[in-house]
Amino acid sequence: MNLQELNQSEFPVPAELENNIAITSLSQLYNWGRRNSMWPMLFGLACCAIEMIATAASRFDFSRFGFEVMRATPRQADLMIVSGTVTKKMVVPIVRLYNQMPEPKYVLAMGACASGGGPFKEGYNVVSGMDKYLPVDVYVPGCPPTPQALLYGMIALQRKIDGQSIANGDDVPWYGVSTAEPTPVPVLGPDIIDPRQMDMIRRQAEAAAVDAPSIGSRELPAATPLVAAKVTVDTTAEADAAPINENALSFVLPTGAAPWAEAEEIREKRRLRALARKALRATRRAAVAEEE
Amino acid sequence: MDQAALAPERQLDAISVEDAITHLNSEYADEVQLDEREGYGGIIVDSKRLVDIARVIRDDLGFDYLSSATAVDYLGEGDHLEMVYHAYRTTGGGALVFKARTDRDNAVIPSLVSIWRGSDFQEREAWDLMGIRFPGHPNLKRILMWEGFQGHPLRKDWREAYYEEEQKPFDSRWPGGHVHRAEEKNVFGKNVTYPPDIDLGRLMDTSEAAVYQSLGLGVDVERIMDKDGFETDELVVNMGPHHPSTHGVFRMVLTVDGETVTSLEPVMGYLHRNHEKIGERNTYLHNIPFTDRLDYISSMGNNHGYVLAVEQLMSLGRKYNPPTYRCEALRVMMVELSRIVNHLWAIGFWLNDIGAFFTPVLYFVQERERILDFFEAVAGSRMMCNYMRFGGLFGDLPERLKSVSNLANDRVRDYNTMQFLTEMINERIPRTIDDLERLLTQNEILIERSVGVGVLTREDAINYSAAGPLLRGSGVDYDIRRADPYSIYPELDFDVAVENEGDMYARYRVRVSELRESVRILKQILPRLEATAGESIWADGKPGAYAPRVPHGEAYGRVENGKGELGYYVVSAGGRGGSSNPWRYHVRAPSFINLTPMGIMSRGYKVADIVGILGSIDIVLGETDR
Ligand code: SF4
Repeated sequence: MNLQELNQSEFPVPAELENNIAITSLSQLYNWGRRNSMWPMLFGLACCAIEMIATAASRFDFSRFGFEVMRATPRQADLMIVSGTVTKKMVVPIVRLYNQMPEPKYVLAMGACASGGGPFKEGYNVVSGMDKYLPVDVYVPGCPPTPQALLYGMIALQRKIDGQSIANGDDVPWYGVSTAEPTPVPVLGPDIIDPRQMDMIRRQAEAAAVDAPSIGSRELPAATPLVAAKVTVDTTAEADAAPINENALSFVLPTGAAPWAEAEEIREKRRLRALARKALRATRRAAVAEEE
Repeated sequence: MDQAALAPERQLDAISVEDAITHLNSEYADEVQLDEREGYGGIIVDSKRLVDIARVIRDDLGFDYLSSATAVDYLGEGDHLEMVYHAYRTTGGGALVFKARTDRDNAVIPSLVSIWRGSDFQEREAWDLMGIRFPGHPNLKRILMWEGFQGHPLRKDWREAYYEEEQKPFDSRWPGGHVHRAEEKNVFGKNVTYPPDIDLGRLMDTSEAAVYQSLGLGVDVERIMDKDGFETDELVVNMGPHHPSTHGVFRMVLTVDGETVTSLEPVMGYLHRNHEKIGERNTYLHNIPFTDRLDYISSMGNNHGYVLAVEQLMSLGRKYNPPTYRCEALRVMMVELSRIVNHLWAIGFWLNDIGAFFTPVLYFVQERERILDFFEAVAGSRMMCNYMRFGGLFGDLPERLKSVSNLANDRVRDYNTMQFLTEMINERIPRTIDDLERLLTQNEILIERSVGVGVLTREDAINYSAAGPLLRGSGVDYDIRRADPYSIYPELDFDVAVENEGDMYARYRVRVSELRESVRILKQILPRLEATAGESIWADGKPGAYAPRVPHGEAYGRVENGKGELGYYVVSAGGRGGSSNPWRYHVRAPSFINLTPMGIMSRGYKVADIVGILGSIDIVLGETDR
């Protein structure tokens, strides 16, 4: 939003006050302040982090665009640039860091790895993209993206912020009435376990108990992980022949409600509850005022 | 002096590698066999006597430096696991390769930590990824994966979640060209199915407990009496994996008494990207861009080590032409430029750690950007150059340097290449180094902070397999470019930088001298490039095969990279015609092994010194965790 835009408004401004009074919407003003003071978290994961540092350093200097300074603590950061390969071991602290960031907060996936697993996707310790765990706002392709590309992605994020509105409370979580819930932190078991998949895991375990484990599963020798008893590994070697492991897919899309519908429902309930609380507070305040 | 008058050991530790092998073979006929597989070398030691014979190798034969220790799974080729050790003399020369075998089912090989402390992390890695137990190891637990992870992933019969086929190119995609996603078949992205009686309510992470256990920390906090008789607690401080000074996702768990560090345990694996597993599925050529992503500050050096290892193997076959002179000169130039980038970066970030926050880095990055622009114009990418090929290079220098992205702040829009190089090597880089020295070398604060801090003695440096500036800063005159030369280094004139103090300041001084030596080498490369202008970079004038077949055998290619000795152990297990994919692909990463002495280097210093000590080792996490 530039000065000219600020001064051109549909509301009449007396001629003598022109250029002294600007009329704008609250959302716009709010977003303008926010988009120009986005502080990224000082947080590098892999090779992409080096290009991120180069972007912050003398030649490219992202401070010019309002990403003033990188903060080492998540509590002072607005933007998490996921700059590199997300591993199963590292995603645990990453989710914690994200939970520690104050709202409003944004996530930028920098590079092929953070966007979708990248060159190391097949690896047994690699998460196929940050969006498996956190809501990502902007994806920047490249391996590594050049500093120019990263700057472009950051500017794209600013544009995204421009479009957000306080009036429409459901637009972004932090403008809504309910408080945000932290993202559940994954657990390192025999493999990584996402608490949001607990239901699916339970269903899978039950299914495995009824019929024989799906084709291609085999027993692993001597398993002593924290999940006691039998642990089988799906090598998908023979399963390769079958077009798609129907069994596995059915957990993502259980007949009837999709898992996200459930989440939606919970969120809706929480919203209603918060609204009710708000209404209650208002009536109480009114009652107090009346007494006085 | 009369040769015969010398003690027998004195003679033994000067005999050639071949003689050493013959000596061991005749002296210990029952325990030591020659490795006579096609393309292999060295000896196979009976694992029951491994520790004794290793002691003989170290003490009597003088191979005091254990460069690499790694495991190979010979599934289907004898069905055993094999530990492979490469020992060198710090006086120079080739490797004594010795191996020990064990069963796949109950894999046990005695630990060599009592002989070479440098095998500590490497044995832990072999346990983690290959499942070999090492009786005698003081702290045998997983190092890259977390405690509780299912299976040992580098075993040949262990398959990752997105497994498709043993080797690339996958039939499903090539030559048919179908897009096929393994993750659609395995929606969870993991290959564990859970038992029916799984109790999700009680699920908890045990990997953290294992970290603290090894520090002797459990539920009880140790009580210490200080000198005045007050009871104090030892405090545990976690630094990382998210910490601005750990240069990535590295973590240190320290116990402190007041501000003094009493013990330190490096915890890593937060960037373990399964480089080796993926590398064993890839074709040989496929791996070159992956090596870029090891030490991502100096990708050219990584390429070099890998192509040397594969070229060693290829030279066993018939159809192999060694690289031309121009190609070698270009390789050396690129590698030395990366060394400059690496050292500037290392010094800059070390200064960050000891308090000169970001200002020096900004100046060094400027010079680095110029070199990266050159890389981008020649190889197509700033950081991930993917430049070297077996027997050649991706391409020759272009006549003129043209910017790839052509932006307003690009510094090489259109420039004569040789002129650019001449200016950079003769003027710009030396000027930067002069500036650096003028501002820093005699700087009082810098000296106060770094002299006498983080000391590593000469003996420890060798025993802990330290490499690069860490080793040379402790007074060991060992630089692979001189000690076991490769490429055209023998004919180049340069000195090995050595400092004797073994502290942070000594490492800084080594890096600065190496910057100067690199410039000296580059100045000798320029006339060589001019003399060979127009010559091909390929021996037979055309690029090498896209999918070369590599003869049966093993090879260990190592180079002196910015961070230290970077080695690649490659095994090709092809039949008659050779193989198109490596059977085993192991990276001996200096950043990983240089962390082994981190514990002893930091004991007794203050918490604030720890970040500086880590910075002075100069690690990069892509290589540490691989
Ligand atoms: S996208 Fe490429 S450069 Fe970035 S972290 Fe992944 S491998 Fe490294």
